[in-house]
Amino acid sequence: MDSTNKGPILSHIPTFYHLEAQLTHAHAYTDSHLLSTTHSLRSRNPNLSATTMAAVGYEYEDGLQSSVDGGIPYDPSFVPDPVKSFVVHLYRHIREKNVYEIHQMYETSFHTLSDRMFKDTPWPSVEAVAQYVDNDHVFCLLYREMWYRHLYARLSPTLKQRIDSWDNYCSLFQVVLHGVVNMQLPNQWLWDMVDEFVYQFQSFCQYRAKMKNKTEQEIALLRQHDQAWNVYGVLNFLQALMEKSSIIQILEQEKEGLEQFTATDGYDYSGGSNVLKVLGYFSMVGLLRVHCLLGDYQTGLKCLLPIDISQQGVYTSVIGSHITTIYHYGFANLMLRRYVEAIREFNKILLYIYKTKQYHQKSPQYEQILKKNEQMYALLTICLSLCPQVKLVDETVNSQLREKYGEKMLRMQRYDEESFALYDELFSYACPKFITPSAPSYEEPLVNYNQDAYRLQLKLFLYEVKQQQQLSVVRTFLKVYSTISLEKLATYMEVDESTLRTILMTYKHKTHSVGADGKTISNADIDFYIDDDLIRVVESKTSKQYGDYFLRQIVKLEAVIGDMDRIKLE
Amino acid sequence: MRLCKGPLIFGPLITGGQSLNPNGTKPHISASCKQNPSVRWSFSKMGREQPSQSQMAYTVEQLVAVNPYNPDILPDLENYVNEQVSLQTYSLDANLCLLRLYQFEPERMSTQIVAHILIKALMAMPAPDFSLCLFLIPERVQMDEQFKTLIVLSHYLETAKFRQFWDEAAKSRHILEVVPGFEQAIQEYAVHVLSLTYQKVPRSVVAEAINMEGLSLDKFVEHHVANSGWIVEKAQGKGQLVSLPRNEFNHPELRRSSADIIPLDHITRIFPVLG
Repeated sequence: MDSTNKGPILSHIPTFYHLEAQLTHAHAYTDSHLLSTTHSLRSRNPNLSATTMAAVGYEYEDGLQSSVDGGIPYDPSFVPDPVKSFVVHLYRHIREKNVYEIHQMYETSFHTLSDRMFKDTPWPSVEAVAQYVDNDHVFCLLYREMWYRHLYARLSPTLKQRIDSWDNYCSLFQVVLHGVVNMQLPNQWLWDMVDEFVYQFQSFCQYRAKMKNKTEQEIALLRQHDQAWNVYGVLNFLQALMEKSSIIQILEQEKEGLEQFTATDGYDYSGGSNVLKVLGYFSMVGLLRVHCLLGDYQTGLKCLLPIDISQQGVYTSVIGSHITTIYHYGFANLMLRRYVEAIREFNKILLYIYKTKQYHQKSPQYEQILKKNEQMYALLTICLSLCPQVKLVDETVNSQLREKYGEKMLRMQRYDEESFALYDELFSYACPKFITPSAPSYEEPLVNYNQDAYRLQLKLFLYEVKQQQQLSVVRTFLKVYSTISLEKLATYMEVDESTLRTILMTYKHKTHSVGADGKTISNADIDFYIDDDLIRVVESKTSKQYGDYFLRQIVKLEAVIGDMDRIKLE
Repeated sequence: MRLCKGPLIFGPLITGGQSLNPNGTKPHISASCKQNPSVRWSFSKMGREQPSQSQMAYTVEQLVAVNPYNPDILPDLENYVNEQVSLQTYSLDANLCLLRLYQFEPERMSTQIVAHILIKALMAMPAPDFSLCLFLIPERVQMDEQFKTLIVLSHYLETAKFRQFWDEAAKSRHILEVVPGFEQAIQEYAVHVLSLTYQKVPRSVVAEAINMEGLSLDKFVEHHVANSGWIVEKAQGKGQLVSLPRNEFNHPELRRSSADIIPLDHITRIFPVLG
């Protein structure tokens, strides 16, 4: 099989032809009603489509093995009636742009059917269902996207399937980028596409990095398909979706009232399609996540800049996207030592999850929500141990936190090996699944390197913790004094005066981060300054906000006076 | 063979004929620029000299902004690192982009360039740039002797151990002296940390932090007295005291409490009442 004819390899040919070639090579389906009629994408080259059809054709041997165990053989070409009805209806709703029905079928029916009929087998093959949906190639791409997602969630994909899924994403995104798709899909689905795309990339990197137990066949396949899930490809797809959708300009214009995006949750109510725009939007979150997986926190946060996370937005319209965004945003800020920012956002999302999680109990994402919830409590614990700004945390979140990590947090304040081990434990539990993006070396004795990226990030994080561990000792003293001489404090801390000066300067340096604009931001919970050899501690009191209160009372009073005036007249 | 991988395949998605950015121009390294490296990154210069030419040179920052995931720009980014060293400029984003490309294709990594990036990152203290770079450099590369030294230096700076820092730096001059402005940059960082911490600081503490004594120290202090508002005072019995200019970190009472600020749109709510 010639792999070089697949994926986005043909993208050097002019757009229109290129798109056609993409589609014909991917699937020989005659046409799609989900593309605007101005771009009728009929396959005019039967030779090309015939050969590529064969190239892309499913090979089920690998995937079959797992399902055969169950006793009932899996026949990919058998389409049970409920599935027939499912695809027929879903296809109709997509053609009619009935977002509500699409959402119902996507969120509910698909999972109900999966639970009932495909608990541990894949769904019927796309070739088998194509006849029920006019062989519509765009629908078939969507179907395959779901097909693989289901496979990844319930079974373990083979290398061949991983590569085929990559090819399917390439075809799908190419259609969105270069075609004029005529669909309106639920945000949930569009988010899941981006989310799954990044997940499968991460999963592929992890899989590839376990070189030790690879068979010769697998290695040959990996070498042959070195473009599959290539990091450049993944990043460039996300970037291209973001750019082609002009989402950054749309968000800019929205601020000036020239465009509506957030107000309509990204949907297009004037007959257009939301697909490219919303995919472009979610791609920014996808880029944040990929960069975090690579350990590039600065660039990750930069990708998210167009989204104002202090406000509600399309990213909050889907719980999974909301959580993913804040989890990675908070984690990146933690690694950049902007603890206050991380604490604020973790606090907000944890409160939100606490208040709303009951509504998601039946959602297929519920388990994932709970897991991320727990991980973010662990990250919040880390942040608060390094920067004890408990007053930033809501009482509800705080009581949850104390319940889960109260005892650990106390021990993390100490300056010993055990506290160190706790930082290690919480970080390892809560960090993203870091990846090594480069291809393995096939030559040497094969070694696993799937832990390398994680170990590096952990090591550097613990390095930071070590640099800060003496600060908690300083804190305990600063808390109880308003003024104290350097000499006295040095005696209490059992260090000499010049060491104490370095510790105090370290405290200042570590509690003052450099913000995105280059300005110094104080994260200090307790502040002090040194006047010659006297330390003066400044208690940071939380002053009550009277301004807003008075404003509200003034408006209220005015309303009451207005009411009274009217009563007098009657 | 490398070119058959990422760039050709994905290049068109990003830099191809159809414009992916709104103004329709795609910065890419044009042939004309390549022939004329001296004006390669000078946007305005090129613009003035050849205003009618459609292919203009772009700054590396612009290249990075438009082609953040294009391996073809790797040599340009490497040149740019050297340019930052010789012209004493700095771009974290461009350097992170280069480290990212190294991360994707480790076989193309140049340890010398990485060392330059790390030294530049040290000079950017108090910003966390050094860690940001380390996050992207594989552990086995960090085992290299010169990187180990830089990591130790970073540790001393992060923990304000200036005495140890300068001792270690003196031992590693061969690594550091290739980057002009290193000493001054670290001295600036030291002054920054001192200013966060002290209202009044003994002259000897300043001397140790910036690694100066005698005449050069006098000059340094004089310069800051003249330009940064330092005041030198005589302390009883001991040496001199330097009074550092007030800022919100060494005079916390200067900090504007965010609680005191009321946004304008809240005030507009009472406009009808006031009127």
